[in-house]
Amino acid sequence: MALLSIRNLHAKIGDREILKGVNLEINKGEVHSIMGPNGNGKSTLAGIVAGNPKYTVTEGEVIYNGKNILDMPVDQRANEGIFLGFQYPVEIPGVTITNFMRTAVNEQRKYRGLDPLSGTEFLKLMEEKKKVVEMTTNLANRSVNEGFSGGEKKKNEIFQMAMLNPTLAILDETDSGLDIDALRIVANGVNQLRSPENATVVITHYQRLLDYIVPDYVHVLYEGRIVKTGPKELALELEEKGYEWIKKELEESK
Amino acid sequence: MTKVVQQFRDIKASMRKNEVWRDVDFSGMMTDDMVQPGDEEREQKEYPCNIPELNAIKLTVINGRCINPYHVDFDGISYGSLADALRYCPQFIEQYLGKCAKSDNAYEKINADNYEDGVFIYIPDGSHGIPKFQIINIIDSREPIFVQTRNLVVVGIRSKLTLMQCDDSIGDSRSMSNNVTELFCELESEVQHYKLQNMNDMSGLLNHNYVQMNEGAQLQTSAITLNGGQIRNHTEVNMLGERCKTEANGLYLIDKNQQADNYLFVNHAHPHCESHALYKGIMDDASHATFNGHVLVSDGAVKTEAYQTNRNILLTDKATVQSRPFLEIYNDDVKCSHGSTTGQIDELAMFYIRSRGISERTARTLLLYAFCDEVIQKIDFNPLRNRLSDMVKQRLHGELTPCSECALHCNNTCGCNDAPAFEIDPDKL
Repeated sequence: MALLSIRNLHAKIGDREILKGVNLEINKGEVHSIMGPNGNGKSTLAGIVAGNPKYTVTEGEVIYNGKNILDMPVDQRANEGIFLGFQYPVEIPGVTITNFMRTAVNEQRKYRGLDPLSGTEFLKLMEEKKKVVEMTTNLANRSVNEGFSGGEKKKNEIFQMAMLNPTLAILDETDSGLDIDALRIVANGVNQLRSPENATVVITHYQRLLDYIVPDYVHVLYEGRIVKTGPKELALELEEKGYEWIKKELEESK
Repeated sequence: MTKVVQQFRDIKASMRKNEVWRDVDFSGMMTDDMVQPGDEEREQKEYPCNIPELNAIKLTVINGRCINPYHVDFDGISYGSLADALRYCPQFIEQYLGKCAKSDNAYEKINADNYEDGVFIYIPDGSHGIPKFQIINIIDSREPIFVQTRNLVVVGIRSKLTLMQCDDSIGDSRSMSNNVTELFCELESEVQHYKLQNMNDMSGLLNHNYVQMNEGAQLQTSAITLNGGQIRNHTEVNMLGERCKTEANGLYLIDKNQQADNYLFVNHAHPHCESHALYKGIMDDASHATFNGHVLVSDGAVKTEAYQTNRNILLTDKATVQSRPFLEIYNDDVKCSHGSTTGQIDELAMFYIRSRGISERTARTLLLYAFCDEVIQKIDFNPLRNRLSDMVKQRLHGELTPCSECALHCNNTCGCNDAPAFEIDPDKL
């Protein structure tokens, strides 16, 4: 059984229909990349799986681990192992990363019937996971994302992913706003967290990220549908030819 | 109803043309059977106060009468009942008493004419260290009562003082308090004044604070309103010398039909003075808050710096707030700003927090606490800041419904064993 199975998903924001029948299957151990021109529904798809209340699903289903998650509250989805790396991480002044993560880790543990981590255990875990994204500065005692550079925000997303150890991670344009070094660090972080027991979806515009995080499948999301799926070489082809040829192909088939 | 009680209830009509007071109306907190405390011996009980490491001298005022007799320490620091002190050193006290309260305020006048007692604190010039005092102002009465206390605090040249003023009520009796505190900060003195209010829903509290600062004096004054039927913190600060600095902070967390009203007037009369005001509030249910900030910068007060900020979160459609930050400036050489925001909980931040597995309730509490934290962090006195941080968490836990038993002096006796599911304070990790 697939870890995530999206069937004929239609969704809108307000009156604007954005997803027009998305189908996607993801298995444990796989890395999928979703590419496509701006404004065609990539972030919407990520938001719907994570449970962003901004979107309304009008048709279709999203089955995760055998459960239809569309009626599940956001936090329960996270507790079931879904993680969303935000394209624009939100600044929360007054809440330190340490407290934020301690609350999150312990709520997730509670959901799974585990005892909360003590202060010492938690700090140890945090030190260990900071290494995943080479977080050297004392970022952890600062307010969540407040005054962070673009690179720090994205590193912080991957750090949180490392702390929470999700089964399904969806990374929404984690490479945007990163310099070359930060890109390598973030990608390395994601690779370290890969295992046969989890799956990752990488939403990106650039083939460059996929040099580091090598996908098993590349999907093209265009006008609210996945119109093409291929191996990792598809990303190279897109880089070379742009999206025009796919649009043309689609028109010809109509 | 006695004459004084009636007078107080009817003041509103006479203040109709007074810009500052015209919207103030405490008549809703008054009842026909309200009496003034009688002459009976008030029980000499000490109310416990379990703020760890506070190490403050406690002065307890029960229903308007201070139970601590006037006392002079070997180092000249004197304190205790104001009425008692007036018997010992009337000439000294009369140099100050009523001298910085404004005469056009009928609410203050009725207090001046009729107050029974209050607290007197005097820190002589050049005192060493930072004396700490805690005024515990308690309403403990079976009958509905009307109380007027008057406090006088004088901090001498280059001396320091940390003063906590806790307004509290026991049980669920109805009360109205019209309290005046005059604070004199002499040359280059430093004063931290914290007001904490946690009264029952039947309590009305009108807290006047009149401050007079001489050259180079520094004042930090904070008003934290955790609960109470109707509370007005009326603060007027007169900076009467150069290089004075005032920092005024406020936090009000109200629900049900409660009302919190903060008025702050800062008078910049001389050059090189600085004032900062930060007031924040969260309104739940059908509660109502008011913020009026008025900074007056006079002609000669060049190089003035004055900043005013008021931020509010409304949790329901019925909760309301009126915010009027106001700068009145009569010279060009100043740095001043004012701002006010009123909004709801940030939905995007909610989604972000919940997407990490944190429940909706905890996420809300986390965001609301973070909103309050800015004011709490302004409190320089660690034991108080930690205690207050806990109390704000308790207050926010359960979406602002306070534990009915919870009062400032109760540490763990309140019914809420259900501690918040998050650990905010980084020091505690």
